[in-house]
Amino acid sequence: MELNATTMSLLFFVFVLAMFLGVELIRKVPSQLHTPLMSGSNAISGITIVGALLALGHETSGAVVTLLGALALAFATINVVGGYLVTDRMLEMFKSKDKQGGKK
Amino acid sequence: MSPELVRGFLYIVASILFVFGLKMLSSPVTARRGNLVSALGMLVAVVTTLTAMTEVRWVWLIGGAGLGAVVGAPAARLVKMTSMPEMVGLFNGFGGLASMLVGWAEYHGAWAHADPILLFTRVAVLLTVLIGGVTFTGSLVAYSKLSGTITGKPVLYKGQNIVNAILLLAVVALGVFFAMQRPDQLDTAGLNIAYLLLMGLVVLALIFGVLSTIPIGGADMPVVISLLNSYSGLAACAAGFVIGNNVLIVSGALVGASGLVLTRIMCRAMNRSLANVLFSGFGAATFTKAGGYQGEAKSISAEDAYLILEAASNVVVVPGYGMAAAQAQHAVRELSELLQEKGTDVRYCIHPVAGRMPGHMNVLLAEANVPYEQLVEPQDVNPTMETVDVAVIIGANDVVNPAAKEDPNSPLWGMPIIEVDRARTCIVLKRSLNPGFAGVDNPLFFKDNTRMLFGDAKATITALVAEFKQ
Repeated sequence: MELNATTMSLLFFVFVLAMFLGVELIRKVPSQLHTPLMSGSNAISGITIVGALLALGHETSGAVVTLLGALALAFATINVVGGYLVTDRMLEMFKSKDKQGGKK
Repeated sequence: MSPELVRGFLYIVASILFVFGLKMLSSPVTARRGNLVSALGMLVAVVTTLTAMTEVRWVWLIGGAGLGAVVGAPAARLVKMTSMPEMVGLFNGFGGLASMLVGWAEYHGAWAHADPILLFTRVAVLLTVLIGGVTFTGSLVAYSKLSGTITGKPVLYKGQNIVNAILLLAVVALGVFFAMQRPDQLDTAGLNIAYLLLMGLVVLALIFGVLSTIPIGGADMPVVISLLNSYSGLAACAAGFVIGNNVLIVSGALVGASGLVLTRIMCRAMNRSLANVLFSGFGAATFTKAGGYQGEAKSISAEDAYLILEAASNVVVVPGYGMAAAQAQHAVRELSELLQEKGTDVRYCIHPVAGRMPGHMNVLLAEANVPYEQLVEPQDVNPTMETVDVAVIIGANDVVNPAAKEDPNSPLWGMPIIEVDRARTCIVLKRSLNPGFAGVDNPLFFKDNTRMLFGDAKATITALVAEFKQ
C-alpha cells in the first residue's frame, strides 16, 4: 500500500474506531468466560501471521528477511493454531444443566 | 475488479468475522461457535494473504507454518486446565515475538535496498519492536512464575525503580534517534548506525520486559496476563501500521482493547490502581509482618462438617486457587451433587481474581462438569448472604478476608470481597492458619461463626463425600 497523508490518517481512523469497538464488545462478556475470551483473543492476535507471510512473499526479500519471516511465521502459527484449539477445548466443557444429563 | 480490491474486501470480511466471533463469546451458549467464526476469519485472512505473495518460498512457508502447527496443536490438546494461565501467557509471548520479527523483517528489507522509509513507518517499526519485545520476555517471566520455574514472589532489589527509569530513558533516546534516520539519505556508515540503533532497541525491549515483570507477585498474575494479552494485540496492531494493513490494525486493536478491559476489571476487583500492581511489589516480605490477628480458631472434623452441611438448605461454595492446587474440583462437584439430591441449593461464588488468570476457576469447575448456571459472581450472592446457611471456602483466602472491610490498615483495605463472614456458618478448608498468597492475615478464621477444617482439600472433601454416602 502506497502511504500518503490520506492513507496514514485512514489507518489511524480505523485503529481508533476498532479500539472503541473492542471495548464495547468485551465489556459485555461475563466473568465466567474471561479465560476462553483471553485465549480466543490471543489467537486473534496471531493475525500478525499475515505480516509474516508477506515478509516471506516479496520477490525482493533477501535471505535475512526470509529467515525472519519464517521464524515469525512459526511463532504466529503456534499462537493461531494453539490458541484456537485450546479455546475450543475449554468452551466444549462449558455445559448447561439440561445438556449435562447422563454424562458424568 | 483488481486483485488488490478483492483482497481489501476479503480482509474486511475477516475483520467482521473476528468482531462477530468476539461478540458470540459473551454467552456460554454461543461461545464455542463464536470461536469457530473467529477461526474462520483467520483462515480467510491467511488465504487472502497467500494470493498476495508475489514469490512463494515453499520450503520456508511450509517449514515455518508446519513447525508452528506441530508445536501448537499438541500443546493445546495436552495442557492441563490448571496450567491454562501459563499456556496463555506463553502464547501471548509468541504472538509478541512474531510481531517483533515482522517489524524487523520489514525494516531490514527496506534498509537493505536503502529505500526511503517514511517517518510514519519508522515510528511504527520502533513501536512494533518495543511492544513485541516487551511482550515476549515479559510473558516468559510470567510463564516461569506461574509454572514455578522461578519464585512467584516479587523480586525486588535496591534502586529498582531507578534502573527501570534509566532503561526507559535509554529506550526513548535510542528511539528518537532511530526515528530521525532516513535510510535513503544515509551513507553506508549511517545505514549501519541506523541498523545498530534498531538492534539496540530490540535488546533494550527484551531486557525491559524481564525487569518490569519480575517485581510483580504471583497473586497479581491475573492483571499481568491481561496486560500482556493487550500488548500482544497492540504489537500486531503496530505491525499493521508498518505494512499498512487494515486487518492487522483492526484485529490487533480488538485484542488490545480486550486486554485493557480485562486489566481494568482485575484491578477494580482488587481495588488497586494499575500503577500500584506494576510498581509496588505487593505481597513482598514487608507486608507479611503487618497485622497479626489474635484469637482462637475453632477446628472441626469432617464428621462435624457433614452434620452442619446435612442440615443446610442453602450452600455457597467459594473456590480459590488452593482448590485447583489440590485437584479437588471433581470431589467438590461430587459433594455438591450429593447435596443437591437432598434438595439443598448449591451455588459456586467465584471472585473475579480467584485463580491465576481471569475466569480460571470457572474453567476448572466446567472441566469438573459443573453446569455454568451454578457459577455466580460476588454481586449475586453478597446482598443475600444472611440467607446462606453454610459458606464452604475451599483454598480461597484473600477474596473472603473481612479485613478488606474492617481494617483500614490492611493491605487489602477496600477490595471488594465475597462477604462470607455474614453467612450463618463458614467452613474454611485449609492446610494451616498460614496467610494466603498475598501474605495477609485473615481475621475470618477467628470469627464466632467460622469453623476450620484443616487438611488437604481433596482428602477432606473425599472424606465428606464418604460421610454422605454412608
